[in-house]
Amino acid sequence: MTGDSAEVVTFDNVGLRYGTDREILSDISFTLHPGGFYFLTGASGAGKTSMLKLLYLAQRPSRGAIRMFGTDVITLPRDRLPAFRRRLGVVFQDFRLVPHLSAFDNVALPLRVSGVRESELRKPVSDMLDWVGLTHRAEARPATLSGGEQQRVAIARAVIGRPDMLVADEPTGNVDPDMALKLLRLFEALNRLGTTVVVATHDVHLLRKVPDSLIMRLDKGRLSDPTGALRFPPRREPPRVQALA
Amino acid sequence: MKRPPVLARAVARSLVPFGGERAAALVPHARLAGPMPWVIAIMVALTVIAGAGGLALSNLAHTARSELSGAATVQVVEPLKVERDRQTRAAEAALSGLPEVASLRVVPDDELNALLDPWLGSEGDEAVPVPALIDVELRGPANAERLTALRRALGPVAPAARVDAQSSWLGPVFTAISSLQWLAIALVVLLALTSAAAVWLAARSALGGNRGTIEIVHLLGGTDAQIARIFQRSVGFDAAAGGAVGLALGMAAVLVLGRQFAALGSGMVAGGGLAAIDWVLIAAIPLVGVVIAMFTARLTVLGALRRML
Repeated sequence: MTGDSAEVVTFDNVGLRYGTDREILSDISFTLHPGGFYFLTGASGAGKTSMLKLLYLAQRPSRGAIRMFGTDVITLPRDRLPAFRRRLGVVFQDFRLVPHLSAFDNVALPLRVSGVRESELRKPVSDMLDWVGLTHRAEARPATLSGGEQQRVAIARAVIGRPDMLVADEPTGNVDPDMALKLLRLFEALNRLGTTVVVATHDVHLLRKVPDSLIMRLDKGRLSDPTGALRFPPRREPPRVQALA
Repeated sequence: MKRPPVLARAVARSLVPFGGERAAALVPHARLAGPMPWVIAIMVALTVIAGAGGLALSNLAHTARSELSGAATVQVVEPLKVERDRQTRAAEAALSGLPEVASLRVVPDDELNALLDPWLGSEGDEAVPVPALIDVELRGPANAERLTALRRALGPVAPAARVDAQSSWLGPVFTAISSLQWLAIALVVLLALTSAAAVWLAARSALGGNRGTIEIVHLLGGTDAQIARIFQRSVGFDAAAGGAVGLALGMAAVLVLGRQFAALGSGMVAGGGLAAIDWVLIAAIPLVGVVIAMFTARLTVLGALRRML
């Protein structure tokens, strides 16, 4: 089921329910392309976090098909999933930093999990901490960091391995506008290098700051597609987000 | 805008092992350790004592069997001392000429009296007729054929003589020793199972306490084997520390018990000492404990991780 694909992720008629409750997500179909910058919007409880969980392989859907990097990840044996997860970068809404590790070690974690040698990871991790303005807090534990600092560590951890796809859940929710813009520019820099970026956010102002982005809007578990760009199969020339303004 | 250098180059991604100090640091050691080393120390100490006991009993049984397998006792059961002495001398002469007999020894009256003094008192020796005893060492096991040859030779010259294989006297003792050996084996197995159960509980508790960290490593692409290795390593250190303490405690107890049994001065108990190979086996108990603990931790963690996607 693996093969070269022009799509990073394809959802085909995906539904998700927990237990016997009603579906959290229904009939979700879209395709994310390499190098795309996507915003996922919607009110609280619309299903954004559940959809991100499907995207970063923390959850299997109740129905439908998901292909990632050309592979059907629904039927994939679980021992093959780590290789796919290593191609993803995730910024969790609650940061999920390891509490007893320093900021440095938290940022280094994806590289260590991937087997990068200690001698090779010190410089990139230091550079990344420098870039998010936390060099002076490199040895600090998460509990001693402010919310904004924790968020920056979480973002640094998500992008340190230069993922093929970055999934971020409200990544600018706890930082000041300047830092929010700076982080967004980091996502754009990653995006220009070919990383597909998916950002879930409430912040409508953020959408306008990335003019080439596409929008997915979730409403009560259903995907509305205001730009018409995410249909499955997608249009050849997707309209850009400026069209919404 | 300055671009972070890390973006200028891709970081190699692979499924190579994640290990060493850095990986171990993911799970705070204090949370995993707790009482674990002490539980393992107690289990190893008890296993060492039970194992040493089993080995000593095995040695005792082996020594006694090999000593007694070719031995027979001739009792001359005659109330009149003069006649008893005559038949004893005749029996000694008759047995000396038999090809089945390697050596023999008439147990002196003084030795017999000394054995009976605790029960009969010094005056009892005269009042109660005590059979004369001849220890016979045979050329080969004391089987029915050899014993019959002895009886045939003694019949005409010492009609009051009774011939028995010494091993038959000690049959119930051997049965008891065998039971104790099985008990020691059962204890060792039970202690191993209990240790495994303790490690299982500790690993599950550590898993619960570090669930958030494990989920993060899992979502960052950590494999089950990588995560299990972290716990295995930590449990391995606990088990090694506990095993060393347990071995020291257990060996001290075995040495003290050994001295006390040696002080009994019984010839039979003296055969139950520990040989060099036994001490090597006992020293291996903590190593086996470490292996059991690490294997249990691995299975526990892998079982729990399989419930995650």
